[in-house]
Amino acid sequence: MAEIKILKNIMDENLSQAALNRQWFRSRKILALNLIASPGAGKTTFLEQTIKGLFPKYKLAVIEGDITGDHDARRIESLGVPVVQINTEGGCHLDAHMIDSVLSSLDLDGLKYLFIENVGNLVCPAEFDLGEELKVVVLSTPEGHDKPAKYPLIFSEAQAVIINKTDLLQAVDFDIEKAEHDIRRLNPNVPIFRLSCKTGDGLDKWLEWLGTQGTGNGI
Amino acid sequence: MHELAITQSLFKIVLEQAQKAGAVKVSRINLKIGRLTGYVPEAVEMNFNLLASGTIAEGAGLKIEWVPVKVLCRECQKESEQQDLGLGCSLCGSINVQIAGGREMYIDSMEVDNG
Ligand SMILES: [Zn+2]
Repeated sequence: MAEIKILKNIMDENLSQAALNRQWFRSRKILALNLIASPGAGKTTFLEQTIKGLFPKYKLAVIEGDITGDHDARRIESLGVPVVQINTEGGCHLDAHMIDSVLSSLDLDGLKYLFIENVGNLVCPAEFDLGEELKVVVLSTPEGHDKPAKYPLIFSEAQAVIINKTDLLQAVDFDIEKAEHDIRRLNPNVPIFRLSCKTGDGLDKWLEWLGTQGTGNGI
Repeated sequence: MHELAITQSLFKIVLEQAQKAGAVKVSRINLKIGRLTGYVPEAVEMNFNLLASGTIAEGAGLKIEWVPVKVLCRECQKESEQQDLGLGCSLCGSINVQIAGGREMYIDSMEVDNG
């Protein structure tokens, strides 16, 4: 019996592909965003509203991750935006290799934004770097203000947090100050956007901020 | 389901390293797993047993050393352990902290037979 020292990160393979993806996006000045939320948080609606604010002024594309089916992809497609679907066949997250495998099927020429809608889930996507520039977490008021405390990793990793469905604040038990306080404890400087995709409230602030984000490459 | 992806990576590294070391049997795999990960030991074990069946890693035990959550305080510059993330620095109370531990997912070492 012998003990051999290994000291290898189990996620190494994903991390090295993610690094390649990141390099690839940056060299083309594409801003890639990884959208992460629980099921029902309104992630696809949020994406639709964001697209409406940017398209067709800017060239953009969407990678739609779903466990099965292409319902969300069709919604995006109907806006006239190129979309490619990844079905994870039961998998709870996208990984860097999946992203790499669909890049060749997208027209990336002159692309400014690439939105990657991850599988609805706050746990697993937190552990798989896709090579994105920004992780955007969408939280909605009916989910409860304890979500940040329950899923600290993803909130600590986020470059932006959206609190969606603020139009329901009167109707649901959601302490927005508490939620924001908990998010800031995990991630002191993260921008938090309160918005309602239904009324459009707050969307302008989010779009304005998004416009200031680049890949460090002069987007 | 992300345990499957994790287990596949784990299994691949184990086989590669075992081959490199000329091992004929892997009996134990020592892991270092951070408290902040979504790692579910039972799920990984179940997947691992399936993948390892019929290979030199069949029957190998997965031993986990849990790594606590640690934060580095940007105010007092000190590192402290946390029960939970989000409590800020346990030394000075500042919430201006960054994660310094708890995200690990490492294979530390393996116990193998070299035949
Ligand atoms: Zn401190």
